[in-house]
Amino acid sequence: MMAYFDPLSVILLMPLVAAVVLAAIPDYRISARVNVGASFLAFAASIGFFVVPRVSGPYFLIDDLNIVFIVLNSFVGFTTSIFSASYIAHEMETGRLTPAFLRFYHAMFQILMFGMTLALSANNIGLMWVAVELATLTTVLMVGMYRTHAAIEAAWKYFILGSVGIALALFGTILVYTAARPVVGEGPQGMVWTVLMAHVAAFDPSIMNIAFVFLLLGYGTKTGLVPLHAWLPDAHAEGPTPISAVLSGLLLNVALYALLRFKMLFAANAHVMAPGPLMAGMGLASVIFAAFMLYPRKDIKRMFAYSSIEHMGIIVFAFGMGGALANFAGLLHMVMHSLTKSAIFFTVGHIAQVKGTQKIAKIRGLTESHPLLGWGLVLGVVAIAGAPPFGIFMSEFLVVSSTFARAPWLAVPLVLGLLIAFGALLLRLHEMAFGEPEGSAAPSQASYIPLFIHLGIVLLAGILIPGAVVAWFQHVATLLG
Amino acid sequence: MTSLSFDIAHALAGALILSSFMMLYQDRLSALINLFAVQAVILSFSVAWQAFIQDAPHLYITAFIAVLFKALVIPLALHRMIVRLGIHREIETVIGIGMTMMAGMGLVALSLSLILDVASQSDPLAREDLAFALAVILLGLLMMVTRRNAVSQVVGFMSLENGLVFAATGAQGMPFVVEISVAFSILIAFIVIGIFLFRIRERFDTVDLRALDHFRGERFSPGDGPSGAALPVLDRSRGAGRGR
Repeated sequence: MMAYFDPLSVILLMPLVAAVVLAAIPDYRISARVNVGASFLAFAASIGFFVVPRVSGPYFLIDDLNIVFIVLNSFVGFTTSIFSASYIAHEMETGRLTPAFLRFYHAMFQILMFGMTLALSANNIGLMWVAVELATLTTVLMVGMYRTHAAIEAAWKYFILGSVGIALALFGTILVYTAARPVVGEGPQGMVWTVLMAHVAAFDPSIMNIAFVFLLLGYGTKTGLVPLHAWLPDAHAEGPTPISAVLSGLLLNVALYALLRFKMLFAANAHVMAPGPLMAGMGLASVIFAAFMLYPRKDIKRMFAYSSIEHMGIIVFAFGMGGALANFAGLLHMVMHSLTKSAIFFTVGHIAQVKGTQKIAKIRGLTESHPLLGWGLVLGVVAIAGAPPFGIFMSEFLVVSSTFARAPWLAVPLVLGLLIAFGALLLRLHEMAFGEPEGSAAPSQASYIPLFIHLGIVLLAGILIPGAVVAWFQHVATLLG
Repeated sequence: MTSLSFDIAHALAGALILSSFMMLYQDRLSALINLFAVQAVILSFSVAWQAFIQDAPHLYITAFIAVLFKALVIPLALHRMIVRLGIHREIETVIGIGMTMMAGMGLVALSLSLILDVASQSDPLAREDLAFALAVILLGLLMMVTRRNAVSQVVGFMSLENGLVFAATGAQGMPFVVEISVAFSILIAFIVIGIFLFRIRERFDTVDLRALDHFRGERFSPGDGPSGAALPVLDRSRGAGRGR
């Protein structure tokens, strides 16, 4: 049975092996390359999912939905590892990180990739919970890596809020098992998602209702939904920038994926309260809240962290609305947001390094002093703000138009939130990118390849999405119900 | 299931809630940690009892972990730590004890009415275990929000986690119970080591989270270079409880 190529074991085992190896390599130049190599192999293996048969066992499940997440995850993991190599080279030169920390950092990066892949490929809700916890723990350690007060505070806050979140999610998981037990029977079967899905119609709806509230609060904390978002801006602002890119681009998606799996489960039982309205409500609240919070920001990474809250809000809103079109838009928006936001963090990382500060007020005239970085930032922010012709415009347009068709009174606050955020982002962008250059004009040894690959894909998606991708997403959108 | 085993399970669950309430109003840190150890012992008895009546030997492992790790190792480490931090005499509550107790009673009533209302097909023991477990979880959460001290917040989190382990063992035949209790032990060890490490590295002179609040917002960022070393929190006197 295992005679053919098995991408799942490659993408799960590769990071673990790489973590052990990376923890042992003292020279950061070599370890950065090994990190890139391991991430590339994981990405290459994830492509293999398109050709090999689907997996559906007691522990692992590969279906059309999570292939999208896994491929996106390993692709952004790969490009981030390239960015990380040039980022840490600078950190080593300035002495902000020591070689010992770097070994730890690289090992943690791979363990994080392992945790996320495990969560995305798990067919067992208990295993999924453990994997999300693992991914959270590794990011907590990395957020606190600079050991400044602000970094430790951010890590602590993330730790406490994240722990409460996963604790609530576990209680929800236990409740789902309790509801399943009389129908499915005792033992491991009661936690296998595909088994639950097949029998969910017979579950006790009153237990399921309570379970959903706990799961939404639990995984919603990790997704960064308002009012459970307090950890997110700090964690993004204080950690190393490659981690901010992975947090925003990937880890939020993993929590979202967990929410989606449970949403599918709950939606399949007609007597349980519909999960959609709660999700849509929290999503909309996140969009509006984050849009207003974008204006007073003084720290560049913190600003983009709030922008992540806004976009996760849009995505959760779209999935909460449900239906083929809104799900399609939510899925597309999630992919576009991951690519664009990580690209922005790539530029922001280099900008903060050359300018020596993350304060927006001290970053001026980037397009003159650092044309490539400056224009990279301009393109990224224009894309994330939702201006045409980028892919985010397309997905936001689809979200808004599908909402107008079904619930116009919800579309008005949504559009308002989008416009307010648009204004805030462009205002700050104008200050940073144009005008008299300020601060250091030292050239940056940035790697621009990951940045422009991401922006290129986002631009392409805005102009023309290949038919095969559209068909795939449409198929997944119908799966999501 | 005999009524005696049912009653014993109930008594242990009630004792768990009682210890949660005692922790709610205990305003000295060392006594709070002792109470937590007591709760961990009650939990391990309760888990062992479940292992016995469910005939599920793997739950004895969970009980053993609870008693070894949560009743001995963690409390001892915390005691050492608070002595070193010089905060073993005080604890501060944000809202008064009376209010906290009222809120706690409200939460217990809420969880009982929420879960017991459920017209469950599951057997009464599992259902009532869930109600008690939810009460312990909510009381732990309440403790986390009413305390400002990092150590007592961690104690609150651990008592929340006791509720989760209780819920997991109460759900008959649930897989991964042992693994989950191990995962949580690792998580808690990380938290405790975290506080301890920060202390060793002399980044905090206080673990009072109000001092941390000082750094909220955007006043300091790693991009500002070595300014992290000269932050005003270092000037704060030792010990918790002196707000601005």
